[in-house]
Amino acid sequence: MIRVVQVRRLFATRVDGGLISASVAIFLGLAFGALILKAAGIAPLAAYAVILKGAFGKPASVMYAIVKATPLIFTGLSIALAFRGGLFNIGAEGQFIVAALAAALTGYYLQLPAAVHVPVVFLIATAAAGLWGGIAGFLKARYGTHEVVSTIMLNWIALHLQNFVVMTTGFRKPDSEASFTIRESASITLLGEWKYSGPGQSWLQDHSVVQDLLRAPVNFGIVVAVAVALALHFILKKTTAGYTLRAIGFNRRAAAYGGIDVERGLVMTMVAAGAIAGAGGALHVMGVAKNIALLTSMEGYGFDGLAVALMGNASIAGCGVSALLLGALKYGGAKMQAVLGAPSEIIVIITGAIVFFVGIPRISRELLRARRARIGRNDA
Amino acid sequence: MPTATADLPEGALVEMRGITKLFGRTRANDQIDLTLRRGEVHALLGENGAGKSTLMNILYGRCLPAAGEIFIRGVKTIIDAPRTAIRCGIGMVHQHFLLVQAFTALENIILGREPLKRGRIDLRRAQAEVAELARRYGLAIDPQARIGDSSVAMRQKVEILKALYRKAEVLILDEPTAVLSPAEVDGLVEIVRELALQGKSVVLITHKLKEVMRVADVCTILRNGRRIATFPVAEASAAELAEKMIGHRLPVAPAAATAQRGPVTLRVEDLYVNNGSGVPAVRGLSLEVHAGEILGIVGVDGNGQSELVEAIAGLRRITSGRVVFRGRELTNKRPREIIESGLGLIPEDRQQSGLVLDLSVAENLVLKDFRKPPFSWRGLLDSRAISTFAREIIRSYDIRPSDEDIRAAALSGGNQQKIVLAREIARDPELLVAVQPTRGLDPGSAAEIHGLLAAHRNRGRAILLVSFDLDEAHYLADRIAVIFQGRIVGILESAAADNLEIGLLMSGGGAG
Repeated sequence: MIRVVQVRRLFATRVDGGLISASVAIFLGLAFGALILKAAGIAPLAAYAVILKGAFGKPASVMYAIVKATPLIFTGLSIALAFRGGLFNIGAEGQFIVAALAAALTGYYLQLPAAVHVPVVFLIATAAAGLWGGIAGFLKARYGTHEVVSTIMLNWIALHLQNFVVMTTGFRKPDSEASFTIRESASITLLGEWKYSGPGQSWLQDHSVVQDLLRAPVNFGIVVAVAVALALHFILKKTTAGYTLRAIGFNRRAAAYGGIDVERGLVMTMVAAGAIAGAGGALHVMGVAKNIALLTSMEGYGFDGLAVALMGNASIAGCGVSALLLGALKYGGAKMQAVLGAPSEIIVIITGAIVFFVGIPRISRELLRARRARIGRNDA
Repeated sequence: MPTATADLPEGALVEMRGITKLFGRTRANDQIDLTLRRGEVHALLGENGAGKSTLMNILYGRCLPAAGEIFIRGVKTIIDAPRTAIRCGIGMVHQHFLLVQAFTALENIILGREPLKRGRIDLRRAQAEVAELARRYGLAIDPQARIGDSSVAMRQKVEILKALYRKAEVLILDEPTAVLSPAEVDGLVEIVRELALQGKSVVLITHKLKEVMRVADVCTILRNGRRIATFPVAEASAAELAEKMIGHRLPVAPAAATAQRGPVTLRVEDLYVNNGSGVPAVRGLSLEVHAGEILGIVGVDGNGQSELVEAIAGLRRITSGRVVFRGRELTNKRPREIIESGLGLIPEDRQQSGLVLDLSVAENLVLKDFRKPPFSWRGLLDSRAISTFAREIIRSYDIRPSDEDIRAAALSGGNQQKIVLAREIARDPELLVAVQPTRGLDPGSAAEIHGLLAAHRNRGRAILLVSFDLDEAHYLADRIAVIFQGRIVGILESAAADNLEIGLLMSGGGAG
């Protein structure tokens, strides 16, 4: 219980305060990145110019940044929602993997018309990830197993499950370390088939702006992300389910005294968080990756989601904005390597620094408060 | 940090003078003096919230006083951190032990003070030193046992050894018997006597009269943050101690009961409930509360009150016995079902159990009813209906500030309590369980809350009032039941009850 409270204090309590401290933290994170770049013998301003140009220079690169950001919106929202319910969902990574796996399987094996295939794949994959999250919720509610421990373990189980399934004959694409790609009927890439077809190619030749936009794997994922974010906002504010989740998140004990079934609430929160992270995984396979591959390590969607939720102060809008920022940094940062020979890992350092600086004002506030409590606020 | 010396009573090891500590507007300690002599067992006696732990936390450097001075062996000392206290020879064993579960007893004792040999921990020397200490003070422990596998009594001995290993001359034991079985208490009493015999000073924080009589040489009684008296225990009787601890109070005329005592609303039969550590806290308790009456349960904290309340509310498992509510079996039913069948609860800790402080006042007011119309329809909250209801409640109960949208955390304690009370009473429960309903409130707010409770009773409803405040119980309750070690040891008509008699029952000194 105490640990949860401390985790909660890592997030600012009010959105306005969060906005300012997040902006300051982003600035400080970039400044820190500049120091690192300088130390590595690279002109920081030039490097940032490359990132900026890389992410926003052309319509295609904006599209790429959005595509990069889309899964992070989902994992960020997943972690933020769990957090609002008083849980630390480190398992977004595994939930993402489970959904990707389910989407790849159903996308390849089921034969359905696109209008049916897309929603069926999406729903099955999301439900699978919801169950995956629910396991951690159930363990927590029934046995008191801390969700941080169980979700980390579930992440590895998910990873090895995917590797096992990918390498199974029949699903594994021969002479590769990946699965077969999903059927076109399960794809949500915008004009995916058409843009490589003869008429499509010739039409795009004449419309260069559109051609540029479509160079990226533009897909409906971002639309779903926005819809999910809006729905979450509504659910949290306007429904009894949202009220239950918030009451449990703020004070489990008082919620129980008020007649709320806290155990059920914890399970449902983890199911919802799992489903949201899973939606990201499903859409990623359906819109971008089209298959799943043998994983030697975690891909990091869930962990980047942690950064997104922290930067976004666990607010719905905050998650959206910080996911887009992180997506742009990641995509733009990759260009740095090509242009300046600067290692793109710099981006990871900057992200880490931003998260660190987001934490600092809250930690120092806690330290101050602890000190004040010790001395006592004396009216005399 | 020696700055000045002072004239001290002979043999004084520690002298605290005029210690004052404020928490917000509450004076937790108000001008308290305390002298501790070498080889003396000094009991610090008082009810919950009397300021005992605060005073000792100041001596141990866990918090700083607003005013007052501390002299150690005649030298004025500012104790700004526990490590300063330890350097001054003061050790404290907290109620909740601070031990590393995965370490052995020995490792815990030497933690932070490990004897070294060529940069490595000299376990052999450590073991010899600890064994010598243990032998000297009669503290038998197994130094190789893992703390996680050790009994509570063993952990306590390890804590005491830890302090002695740090060369403590003064040992503060915070409610040391709260967690022990009677046999273990006997063991502890012997240890404390042995420590005193060998020249250590022991401060015993307690609210149990028997222990004071058994082991202490001197007793200081605190009440409401003030020192009431200090005297040798040999010169006092248990009855005198009880009276001083609770206060010499004239019986107050009970609030006029206009309702007739009706049929039984709540019947508790031979109830057994375990506390958080799995030890039975309620042991064969039976009681009945009638419609139109307030039954007051008084007793020293920790005698099973909170377990009883949580069991009735369905928040804690009943191991045996029954709870029957208006003829309906509610034993081990879900909290929600119990609430729906007409139980209201004003929990002991409004900030932890009564309110979700980070939700708004309006949201808190519908905590128990948000699932039902008019506050929600098919899972959708009707925020307009919630606001209207909240504004109405805020107006009729005069909750300030009158803003239903601010967080409950922003309100004062009295107004927070009014939110809880208003929510519970507005639901018009057949049985209202109120635990310490006026704790920490100023007299004005307390009187308002007393009025609301009496009015609820006069509407023919039953109230189970759990209080540590005898005055309050006298004032409000029609009958008073005394709880001791998980049982009701006496039920008295409030009008005829005498504080002294109650005080004795409360401390297990009655015939039962």
